[in-house]
Amino acid sequence: MMHDDIVVVGGGLAGTTAAIAAAREGASVRILTHKESTLRSASGLIDVLGYLPDTESATRGPLQNPYGHLDALPDDHPYSIVGEAKIRDAFELFDTLTGDQYLGGHTDANALLPTFGGSMKPTARYPASTAPGLLSRPVDTLLVGFDRLVDFDAPAAADHLEHADVPFDVRGVTVEFPGGFRADAKLTRYVNALDRNEDVDPPNQAAEAIPAREALATAVEPHLENEGRVGFPAMLGDDHAAAVRSDLETLLGVDVFEVPMGPPSIPGLRLQDTLDSALRDNGVRVESGNPVVGYETDARGVLDAVLVDRNGNHRPYHADQFILATGGLVGKGLETNRETAREPVFDCHVDNPPARYEWFSMEAFGDHEFARFGVHPDDHLRPVDETLEPEFDNLRAAGAVLGGYDFAAEKSGSGVSLATGYAAGTAAARDL
Amino acid sequence: MESRTSVVVVGGGATGTGVARDLAMRGVDVTLVEQGNLTHGTTGRMHGLLHSGGRYAVSDPASATECIEENRILRDIASHCVEMTGGQFVQLDRDPDDYFEDKLDGLEDCGIPAEVLSGEDARAEEPYLTRDVKRAIRVPDGAVDPFRLCVANAASAQEHGARIETHAEVTDVIVESGAVVGVEVRHESGAGKHTHNTASSTETIHADHVVNATGAWAGQLGDMADLDIAVRPSKGVMVIMNVRQVDTVINRCRPKGDADIIVPHETTAILGTTDVEVDDPEDYPEEGWEVDLMIDELSELVPILADARTIRSFWGVRPLYEPPGTGTTDPTDITRDYFLLDHSHRDERPGMTTIVGGKFTTYRMMAEEISDHVCGKLGVTATCHTADVPLPGSDDFSVLRDYMDEFGLRSPIGRRSVQRLGSRADDVLKGAGPNPVLCECEGVTRAEVRDAIDQSGTDLNAVRIRTRASMGNCQGGFCCHRLANELHPQHDEATTRSALDELFQERWKGERHALWGEQLSQAALNYQLHATTMNRDRDPAEREQSIDFAQFDAGDTT
Repeated sequence: MMHDDIVVVGGGLAGTTAAIAAAREGASVRILTHKESTLRSASGLIDVLGYLPDTESATRGPLQNPYGHLDALPDDHPYSIVGEAKIRDAFELFDTLTGDQYLGGHTDANALLPTFGGSMKPTARYPASTAPGLLSRPVDTLLVGFDRLVDFDAPAAADHLEHADVPFDVRGVTVEFPGGFRADAKLTRYVNALDRNEDVDPPNQAAEAIPAREALATAVEPHLENEGRVGFPAMLGDDHAAAVRSDLETLLGVDVFEVPMGPPSIPGLRLQDTLDSALRDNGVRVESGNPVVGYETDARGVLDAVLVDRNGNHRPYHADQFILATGGLVGKGLETNRETAREPVFDCHVDNPPARYEWFSMEAFGDHEFARFGVHPDDHLRPVDETLEPEFDNLRAAGAVLGGYDFAAEKSGSGVSLATGYAAGTAAARDL
Repeated sequence: MESRTSVVVVGGGATGTGVARDLAMRGVDVTLVEQGNLTHGTTGRMHGLLHSGGRYAVSDPASATECIEENRILRDIASHCVEMTGGQFVQLDRDPDDYFEDKLDGLEDCGIPAEVLSGEDARAEEPYLTRDVKRAIRVPDGAVDPFRLCVANAASAQEHGARIETHAEVTDVIVESGAVVGVEVRHESGAGKHTHNTASSTETIHADHVVNATGAWAGQLGDMADLDIAVRPSKGVMVIMNVRQVDTVINRCRPKGDADIIVPHETTAILGTTDVEVDDPEDYPEEGWEVDLMIDELSELVPILADARTIRSFWGVRPLYEPPGTGTTDPTDITRDYFLLDHSHRDERPGMTTIVGGKFTTYRMMAEEISDHVCGKLGVTATCHTADVPLPGSDDFSVLRDYMDEFGLRSPIGRRSVQRLGSRADDVLKGAGPNPVLCECEGVTRAEVRDAIDQSGTDLNAVRIRTRASMGNCQGGFCCHRLANELHPQHDEATTRSALDELFQERWKGERHALWGEQLSQAALNYQLHATTMNRDRDPAEREQSIDFAQFDAGDTT
């Protein structure tokens, strides 16, 4: 019989953090995860809180210090439930796990980083590869985009940043990525060429193929005027990302940074690799590829096992404590139909307005109820039923499956996943 | 600004662009003005059915006969806009036999090819049909892209010297000595192509004749000339599914009713519709029950629709009309026929003609009739050629070429581009520079988007209707910003951003009627991408005061 101290359902940022936090308390932990990590779709930036949730917050601008505004959050916000100390502990764990891959831990202040849409966003931790691009550094900037990579238009992004009055001059250029890849080549094709430093045809029609990093620098160098830094879309290598960037810095003679991108997010995938290593180092077992479809209770009604569907067979995974970290509407931790929203694994209670036309605002960026859908936890992060009693004494929830906050508006998603994952993991381990 | 033309056509839908083309081909000087994009009104909000006439074969044989004639013509002159899917009228076990027989008789009387299929054969053709199918009638229904067709008509009109002005609202009809002599127009962003953040301007257009082809808006234009045109706008919902659950048009074979048709359209299937009279064609409730009714009723025909993914819904307003005094109460009983109102006879107000009622499928015939009428007034003797001369994109175009090698595109994308562009494919795709895909759902490349921008300016909704970009499953979540970027640097960044916001909001508007299940999951992902990752919802560039950058983390300098 399969038995662990703790089973975590879901392998995203919340589930991974919960598992590692629990393992570090000495528990034996297993993660059951179904689909590819949502970190693939996330920028790779780790936010605490960029804005308060009200719609007027846009006019007040990004929060300079997120910790100074936690008191202003509603009582049922996950941050209000776990408290500031747990948030700080969770970020300390994150800093330990990621080492020099992430920066920002030296201050409580938010950092401002350019986004691939040309806007900027406040964040608490940022990949080292993005750090030279911090917008509070008054260093003139050249942004470089590639004509076949359609998500990042460097000249438009540069003009957009100018409109936000950044404290430096910024220009953008579009160049051809050396090597003549097909118009529909995947992003990973470019990443790999730089990562492996493959020989490619140089941009200046010279006879000899040259290594990709050198070829890229050759393509960019003529456009560089007096700028002190050059920003590229986040695609500068994978396993050897640090070497790619430092080679480009040496070749160009200026700082080089990455601009975080949408899916597929290379910084997100690099973070996933780091967290996967941390899971192994902490002895967490990970089973992926099959969905958790239900659960079993013992005679007293205590949660005893979750059921994993393998080609139609339901296999029980027993544990003493369980953590639900299946994500929100995107990660399919929450499902909806025309009438209602539900949490499909344990059928935990989910509050939603009865009429689906009340689930959203008429404005694309309005105040959307659906963004706050989720299970509602008690003070110990246990999802509660309609009578506010825990659904199960030994089930906790973490991350986007929790309701009560709109992380897209607040820029708080990864921070809530870390904080609630950490809190749920440690509490579950201490309850053993 | 003042100008003079022979005929002003008001309305850039199928009828208006059809009239403009027809007149221009006869050598008449034409200016067409449209308050929004081409297809802004009813044309852009229909189910995309190219009628065989089968729907009207019992209730309205005259319309049915016109439909089959025009159906044949459009297959010929607009081949790149038409997909001959074929259609079925499906009788379920509980549907009346006598109506089925009436339908067969009607089809024969109207000259519409028809073939009876057993339930088994009907299901062999359309496997997702319910097992309750008793039998079906096969008819030559098809799917037509109204956007492409309208744009091609406008392009043809321009080739023949017509002037086409979109985003040009008529603010007044000029009446002198009892006769209509022109219109006052407000250009939202100046005359010519639409460009965001450009100052508006006004223009007086003097004309020998004004054609009111504004459909459901005909009454409003009539008011400006003190004419009473009692259009009875009737709304209908269309629900778009994420895939084609059926590959032929499926009609329920029973007397009139809501929710009785499924049209396969490009990558989607469109469910329709309702028929509810409204007061104002611009402002009427779009109601959830209508969406639910489509899914609940039509899943009786095709059961998998009950749990299928809906990507958005939209409403259109039929420009129904009946002569004064007819007094029909139920809008479903109002005739679908069209009426040419000669205001000089009807109201002693020469200089203006209105066309109301009618159907998309017969737009060309309506345009021909009104053009004949106007030419009669003007003393122009040239005859109509619109039934014989193919539209731009449909000329000399027989074989779909494989563009994989030529344009460095994966074969299915090249094929779809060529289907959309028809005989214009060479011109558009053979531009300079690499041609990556911008809209992955619909396989739309940069070259097509730039071609559309060249035609229409900064209005990305105009780009959308020309290319289908942002009309697929993700509803623009992954491509709206890419489309906007194509405007830069020809247009400045602020213009680019306004255009992006407008398209994103338009996509949201229709998608909100589909927000449950998979599509809510998609919408949440789009929201996260644009709000969390890009911070477009709280973009500091939109603030009046700039940020105090020095207060934020500038890196660990210790």
